[in-house]
Amino acid sequence: MTSVEMRQVGHKLPELLLTQEHHMCPGCGEPLALRGYLEAISELGLSDRTIGVAGIGCYTSFSMSMDIDLVQALHGRAPSVATGVKRMRPDSIVFTIQGDGDMVNEGLQEVLHTAARGENVTCILLNNGVFGETGGHMTATSVIGQRTKNSLDGRDAAYHGYPILIGDLIAQLQGAAYVARGSVHNAGAVARTKRMFKRAFQAQERGEGFTFVEVLTMCPTGWFIPTLDGPEYMNDTLGEVHIMGELKVDGVVRSTEELHEENVRKAAEMEHALARGGIDDHHD
Amino acid sequence: MSANGTVTIDVEVCKGCELCIDACPPRVLTMSTAVNHLGYRYPELAPGCTGCQACQLICPDFVFEVFRAPRQAAGAPA
Amino acid sequence: MKLMEGSEAIAEASIAAGCRFFAGYPMTPFTELLEHFAKRLPEEHGVCINAESELEAVGMAWGALATGARAATGSTGQGLSLMQESFSEITLAELPLVIFNMARGQQDYFQSTRGGGHGDYRHIVLAPMDIGEAVELTQLAFHLADKWRTPVLVYGDYLLAHVQEAVDITPVAFPDLPPKEWALDGTKTGTGASRIVSPLGFDKAGRPSEGIENHLRAIVEKQERIAAEEVRVESGFTDDAETVIVAFGPPGKFVKYVVQQLRAEGEKIGYVRPITLWPFPTDAVAEASEDTARVGVFEICAGQMIDDVRLSVLGRAPVTFIGGISTDGSGFGVGPLLDVELIRERILALHHDEPMPALPHNERQF
Repeated sequence: MTSVEMRQVGHKLPELLLTQEHHMCPGCGEPLALRGYLEAISELGLSDRTIGVAGIGCYTSFSMSMDIDLVQALHGRAPSVATGVKRMRPDSIVFTIQGDGDMVNEGLQEVLHTAARGENVTCILLNNGVFGETGGHMTATSVIGQRTKNSLDGRDAAYHGYPILIGDLIAQLQGAAYVARGSVHNAGAVARTKRMFKRAFQAQERGEGFTFVEVLTMCPTGWFIPTLDGPEYMNDTLGEVHIMGELKVDGVVRSTEELHEENVRKAAEMEHALARGGIDDHHD
Repeated sequence: MSANGTVTIDVEVCKGCELCIDACPPRVLTMSTAVNHLGYRYPELAPGCTGCQACQLICPDFVFEVFRAPRQAAGAPA
Repeated sequence: MKLMEGSEAIAEASIAAGCRFFAGYPMTPFTELLEHFAKRLPEEHGVCINAESELEAVGMAWGALATGARAATGSTGQGLSLMQESFSEITLAELPLVIFNMARGQQDYFQSTRGGGHGDYRHIVLAPMDIGEAVELTQLAFHLADKWRTPVLVYGDYLLAHVQEAVDITPVAFPDLPPKEWALDGTKTGTGASRIVSPLGFDKAGRPSEGIENHLRAIVEKQERIAAEEVRVESGFTDDAETVIVAFGPPGKFVKYVVQQLRAEGEKIGYVRPITLWPFPTDAVAEASEDTARVGVFEICAGQMIDDVRLSVLGRAPVTFIGGISTDGSGFGVGPLLDVELIRERILALHHDEPMPALPHNERQF
């Protein structure tokens, strides 16, 4: 039998990760997003000039495991800190990493103003529709009907109001150049999301204005479901309302119809590619 | 699809979330009966891996290393 | 020499000290300081951002500080109230933020010295009495902030902001400070030696971390060293004084003027003018109260510094409040109590153990 030489595909750990260990729950989607943007930074050759700003949430512990020069900000306040960093170090690549409670509750005005000003930073949102770190409470992105610790009968529009579709809101602002919403519910989506990170950082490199990548992530602990059910639950709840896709490209906002059509097509493409033996990581 | 791939599984860091089981297109991963030092069951590899990387992409705990032989070489005459 | 209002002098002094970043939100009587920075910083290759809120202003300054720049923010009391969480966390992150309070009176003493935010922190507070001193203390603020890696607040007011004087912005020479190795520029990313600026006392994975408890204690220990070394105070005529008046800022200059006048008339009155509100000049006040019959505290507010005076005097002499709330019709500016004749009257009433005259009333109200 011929011994065929196997080559490694991808990396066990991203280059920019100092340690494999983390304290995220089993089935948490946040490390999947973390891998995506860390690999995007290395692969684009941006490592030696990247500065991160972390918000407060479960992902805050990534501040210690990312091999990135980093400022820890307060809950909601990362975009203004990122603004100060970028204005004083305009040649650096600056990103924020924030959760939905942090960015869309506490820090809504910060991210909107930073986007409107067209600051050349990339804000990354990990959106799981709950405050994970405090135990699974409703946020401004939680969807109608979603059961959380302080909306036990499900979010009710009359009592709790409606979710904010932050990616769509930011896409409306002139200062926002590239706005995308990814997801990590399956391998194909994870791969698509990594490409969104790359495009966002490339747009920042070109000085095009504010860039934004939202990522829907699973939080089985905060959703009170088994880990295996995470992806399906996410598709049925957050995924129905916060639509995946590149919401704004080259300053042009794309329609929901376009996004839906593209999502169906790309999901099928990814599924077929994986079934055939793999997604080519450098395919655009 | 050609079964020209394999993975290494870092059993001791797995947290038993089982996302990889469903993610694997040829379905060659099954959960063990044994548990690791954290008390979680972990995936075990059966023959038929294509090296598609789906498990590595979906794993939150950096458990997998993926290897793949070039596709045209697989199935070449011995 | 140039005729300039205090706000302009403070902005120029900041630039002379190397400040290259400012962010602020308009609010009376702080607004002109923001205007001067907005005009001048770009001329000096610096950055001034009109932040959309006070919260964002302090956040932007935080980011600028993290890159190693000399940066400042400011507002008046209400705006600073919004920034308090960030002030306390910036203290824990050991960043050298300079904060300007162009206050609406002296009622922000507690906010400044008790650390209006949460936690055990304190930050240095400097209280200039006039524009000349403000020019020096502004430059000192940037130096002390870097020396100790801690925020420094400069307590100004409406008078300081708006009075015009002929000013020379002479750069003050300070001792050299070590380079900011902790500052972020992205160059250590991907090297395994990346840096983190954080209030939480944790370092990157793989490096020893002091943890939150040790970190909080270390900050307090640093503050104790600051308190031992950085007290600044001006005292006059206290050796044989029967009455000692304590006052800070521009009202402190009025008190000093009145006391000098009364001394010339033979009255045995002295004064203590704290220049650092934190660390408070406890020893100077204690010493002045040693052989005196009475201590008076003059503040334009309901009486806040008087608590620190009482803690310093510790019963050696009775402490009496001789100030009061006094403002103009808008509530932003200078009230009728800041008047040499009225202050003289009140000091003499105390000195003669007579009842305090009624506070003047501002007739014009909006």
